[in-house]
Amino acid sequence: MNARAQVYLLAMICIVIGLGLTIYKRIELGFPLLPGEQRPVWTVEAKVTFDAEDKPVKVSLALPNTGPGDIILSQDFTSPGYGFGWDGQGAERRAEWARREASGPQSIFYRLQLFHAAKNPAPPTSEAPEPPTAPEMDASTRTAINAVIDLVKERSSDNKTFTNELVRLINNPGSGMNLSSLLNAPHDSTIDKKVYLMLRVLATAGVPSRIVRGIKLEDGRRRVPLSELVEIHDGKHWVLFNPTTGETGHPENFLLWQRGGVSLLDVEGGSNSRVTFSIIENIRPAKAIAIAQGREQQATLVDFSIYSLPIEIQNTFKHILLVPIGALVVVLLRILVGIKTSGTFMPILIALALIQTTLFTGLAIFLIIVSIGLWIRSYLSNLNLLLVARISAVVIVVILLMAAMSILSNKLGLTQALTVTFFPMIILAWTIERMSILWEEDGPKEVVMQGGGSLLVAVIAYLAMTNRLVEHLTFNFPELLLVLLGIILLVGQYTGYRLSELRRFQPMVEGR
Amino acid sequence: MFFTTPSKLRAHGMLGMNRRNVAYISRYNNRRFYPLVDNKLKTKLVAEKARAATPRLLAVVEQQHQVNRLQQVLELYSEFVIKPAQGSQGKGILVITGRDGDHYLKPSGERVSPAEISRHASNILSGLYSLGGKPDVAMVESLVHFDHVFDEFSHEGVPDIRVIIFKGFPVMAMMRCSTKASDGKANLHQGAVGVGIDLASGKALHAVQHDRPVSHHPDTGAHFATLQVPHWDRILPLAASSYEMTGLGYIGADIVLDVHQGPMILELNARPGLAVQIANGTGLLPRLRAIEALSHPDMEVAERVTWAVEQFGERPAG
Repeated sequence: MNARAQVYLLAMICIVIGLGLTIYKRIELGFPLLPGEQRPVWTVEAKVTFDAEDKPVKVSLALPNTGPGDIILSQDFTSPGYGFGWDGQGAERRAEWARREASGPQSIFYRLQLFHAAKNPAPPTSEAPEPPTAPEMDASTRTAINAVIDLVKERSSDNKTFTNELVRLINNPGSGMNLSSLLNAPHDSTIDKKVYLMLRVLATAGVPSRIVRGIKLEDGRRRVPLSELVEIHDGKHWVLFNPTTGETGHPENFLLWQRGGVSLLDVEGGSNSRVTFSIIENIRPAKAIAIAQGREQQATLVDFSIYSLPIEIQNTFKHILLVPIGALVVVLLRILVGIKTSGTFMPILIALALIQTTLFTGLAIFLIIVSIGLWIRSYLSNLNLLLVARISAVVIVVILLMAAMSILSNKLGLTQALTVTFFPMIILAWTIERMSILWEEDGPKEVVMQGGGSLLVAVIAYLAMTNRLVEHLTFNFPELLLVLLGIILLVGQYTGYRLSELRRFQPMVEGR
Repeated sequence: MFFTTPSKLRAHGMLGMNRRNVAYISRYNNRRFYPLVDNKLKTKLVAEKARAATPRLLAVVEQQHQVNRLQQVLELYSEFVIKPAQGSQGKGILVITGRDGDHYLKPSGERVSPAEISRHASNILSGLYSLGGKPDVAMVESLVHFDHVFDEFSHEGVPDIRVIIFKGFPVMAMMRCSTKASDGKANLHQGAVGVGIDLASGKALHAVQHDRPVSHHPDTGAHFATLQVPHWDRILPLAASSYEMTGLGYIGADIVLDVHQGPMILELNARPGLAVQIANGTGLLPRLRAIEALSHPDMEVAERVTWAVEQFGERPAG
């Protein structure tokens, strides 16, 4: 394979891998492509209240049953005076608080910070559970329920339509059936009467069903109880039903707290227990959520990434990762445009200094130091020194200039000029040396051309490197460096004309 | 229009900097051979070995202690040139054209003491004139007596002829004439005039200063149409032989004309610039491609020159 084909292949591989990883991170890990992208984070607070009865108290609360789209960013279980423990069995997790003795009204808080993916994933297919056994009830209730089942069955074809029809019937009691006696029959006080009735009818009819408790995520809600939904199995998957509206599927912004008939809250040694929920919506940077999510899922890309480094090192990398952007700018401006710069990568170093000093201060400092440096260097050249000694002398002169500028500006109260130290002094000394040789050999015009070219490239590189989007992308998607590498490889193959040549050769092809 | 279009440049066969770098220099010039052209001493040694005409090497000073013995050697000559082997753009070249007792004379008539000659040589050794300050070697060469035919086409400086050699074939040639604006240097971007030279006849074709066409030398007023390079039949074979000397596929040979000894190779350049196209008013690409397309490129120097003159020379009108 010839060199050219190899370059194309290599560039394509780099670009595909780089873009692929980026897209993966965007879609699977939820990294934001734009800086400052915000995501809602829900803070849900469960408040358990009860009256203690001067006995040992044990409170057990079911913890939310988070789905694949949910990421718990933090949980807080502390309640003063109470010991805390977990009671976890599989997917069903419970928090337990205990206290030797308590009296009077008690409040226990459980606080949860959660990112809730906007879309709820489709329920996974699952085997149908064993058909339920009919609950025990007295004969008259049984007759009434059987009548309901007969009526609903007539108007339905399968479990789903059966449930649908049942919801409709329960919510429109006027349709011939006398449901009010059923609805008003004694029932479990912790469950809504409609839900209770639905579960009983479904169980009697042999439809696998369970109660689902959850909470609608709405900003600024206080003291809301959990809403209750009914989930039935249609033979393939579990389907959620809203017992009031008959809507199916996972409601939007609905945090599923508990599945099945296990109790939500158990309080031993207390009475009048109640649990209520408050919800606040906060806006948090999407990136923080993505990183937390990545950690949660132990995504290798997050685990083995810059985020795993200490913050200080991360900040260093933030700058290092911008260097390739500067390099790309230099490559493009030199190969495609043909701007002459003094030294290939000096513009990048100047741009890095400009990032620290801000643009105009930096340019002013640069021009002042280089002009004075050139002037002193021209004197040094009369002394016929060897190059190493001469450069070293220039380095010292540059340092003295920097010190003088800092001290002077400090006295004058111009704090901005204090950033002079961000300029790489060895590079400045080299620049002065090269410009000086250029001056002697090719004249001041060439110095202005190359010096101006370097500054122009440096300013363009600076603008590219300080662009918020660029900063965001290079730091959060370092794999885009591969894309950059691919592009630079391709540009390195460019054999076409430079923009400057279109100008240079113009009189030759058109002038005559 | 300030800019032209790539398609027009392509139609003229203009070689651009990117294509020069990728498709010619990096493909045909093996880096291993670069020192042969970057070091003038090495260039001279290979040229002498190949019996190509070049200013005679009178002495070489490689180490400081040899500087003291230099005087004894120079006693023998009244005119010579001391230059650094790795200097660039004419820096560090000291020309001596006569003697005045113990002292030497520069072309301007300025007297130079033997001690100054020694100091100049040791400055060269310590790298004062070499790129990047590398330690260097001082060469003493016989003086070139420039042919006076060029006097009216040059201001003070040294006129030379640059021939582009591709795979041993002369491709294009130009003469570089110094002007007042270029401060006597034959450096085109400082304002020297580039004159395209017809490969067949050695006559001027077209002249440019600062990339714009000119017809007369700006200082002497001489008309470039009257320029005819003497000994043209010897220049091309000499330049073409540099291919065998260096092994470099794409080079620029700088030739000077000595009144007595005719054309001589002064320097070789592994990265010749693109100004030769402007001076000639035509692009290099068609010629380079014609050579690349040759089925039997292995020819003797004379055959290559004949072929190139036939292919690339202007035919007299009518």
